[in-house]
Amino acid sequence: MNAFNILIAGFGGQGVLFAGKFIVYAGLIQGRQVSWLPSYGPEMRGGTANCSVIISDEPIGSPIVTKPNILIAMNLPSLDRYEDSVEESGLAASDSSLIPRGLHRTDIQGVFIPASSLAEENGLKGLSNMIMVGKAIREAGICTQGEIAEAMAKTVPERKKSLFDSNMRAVFLGYNYGR
Amino acid sequence: MEKVLMKGNEAIAEAAIMAGCRHFFGYPITPQTEVAAYMSKRLPQVGGVYLQAESEIASINMVLGASSAGVRVLTSSSSPGISLMSEGLSYIAGCDLPAVLVNIQRGGPGLGGIQPSQADYYQATRSSGHGDFRILVLAPNSVQEMADLTMKAFDLADKHRMPAMILGDGILGQMMEPIVLSAPEEQKPAEKPWAATGTGGTRKKNIINSLYLQPDQLERKNLERYERYKAISESEAMYEEHLMDDADVVLVAYGATSRICKNAISMARSKGIKAGLIRPVTLWPFPEKALANASCRAKSFVCVEMSMGQMIDDVKLAVKCSKPVYFCGRTGGMVHSPEEILKKIEDANGGVINEHCI
Repeated sequence: MNAFNILIAGFGGQGVLFAGKFIVYAGLIQGRQVSWLPSYGPEMRGGTANCSVIISDEPIGSPIVTKPNILIAMNLPSLDRYEDSVEESGLAASDSSLIPRGLHRTDIQGVFIPASSLAEENGLKGLSNMIMVGKAIREAGICTQGEIAEAMAKTVPERKKSLFDSNMRAVFLGYNYGR
Repeated sequence: MEKVLMKGNEAIAEAAIMAGCRHFFGYPITPQTEVAAYMSKRLPQVGGVYLQAESEIASINMVLGASSAGVRVLTSSSSPGISLMSEGLSYIAGCDLPAVLVNIQRGGPGLGGIQPSQADYYQATRSSGHGDFRILVLAPNSVQEMADLTMKAFDLADKHRMPAMILGDGILGQMMEPIVLSAPEEQKPAEKPWAATGTGGTRKKNIINSLYLQPDQLERKNLERYERYKAISESEAMYEEHLMDDADVVLVAYGATSRICKNAISMARSKGIKAGLIRPVTLWPFPEKALANASCRAKSFVCVEMSMGQMIDDVKLAVKCSKPVYFCGRTGGMVHSPEEILKKIEDANGGVINEHCI
């Protein structure tokens, strides 16, 4: 199976790290090698935050994703900054309700989903991150539909169990969007 | 056993508890604060003591006190905080006390930055305080090793009655990987007949001290200590070899940098260049024999560090200048890309190296 080199980027507070954590658990329950590396600089407080996630069958060398084959861009500065780094024939998913442009690249696959508006309309405010993740999972085949609940159970801590359902709804909203 | 996802910093903390550490004294600093945060939650649950000191200087002296009483004790900081601990560390070494400290390095000098760095190599291996002494330095390169080497550090520190440092960096501290936490095999805790635990009126009192005003006494003390260091340097060096059987170009790197080297090595091999890696797991003692052996067959060495070139001195000493040793460094919190390491491998393989790289 292919290695997934995933870069998730957005504003601090958009749930970039949590989205990455969910994906990493999805890889872990498949018994694959995984790593998760957050940016932890001052950008975490309002600027752009990003998170590198690798899922592979080989031992993982560098945990830093410099050439993603999946980019999840949650705002315009992130797409501007990372579009060029996406590997050829890779995938760039963009929140089209916040990012008013398409892709400059023609050699990568663009996936556009108005995640923030969808979240607002469906009473899932703050969960555009998981809508984006759901869409990316479907398009790239990161995990099966059945593995989503198991990964979510590991991602949502016991003391925040009440958030399990809304996160699941958000992932599936993205997963089924446009289908 | 089930794999759990943990940050490197958290893995250190949990491993310390599994190793029997019940005392933590520290002061928060990015990028290692999770060690203290985790300890503040976990230690009260297991009957331990977590104390946030007023400074790093206070922390290290609390470590000295706890260690004197014979308990396993941990402190943790990042580069500038470790500098503040220098004096206390020297006293701990001078008192022949075991202690484990963690340095999750960030860019320097000065207050520097908070991004990953390996610029405290000299400090860790050469000059962690004043006077003639050594500390054990262990350099993990994965979250699993953050845990495993922390447990090992406690054993080594007790066995040799000296400080042991876990030398990591911001990447290793912050990243999450799945790990298996397995408690060390049931072993008898090291006997500490020297500890100041109260005489109970039955024995002579134990004195923990680093003051020797008679120079001949102090010299004797130092000579004894260096006899022990000599034995340790012959028995405790650890390293990993990666694709070294046929390597022409040998990369030498530790910690997070060694992982990026592995990517660069696969890229080099797919281009037909026989590159390999020697990864020191202990930085003191330095695995000089492994490098000396490799120098018989390798064409050249490339030392890869997130610094301006510090470990390269040890590499050159180990290969006794028998082969060229090139340098590939980033500094200030910048991290190598696999491509720039590959470029250096290609140069070292073809001999096209600019003067400034040597």
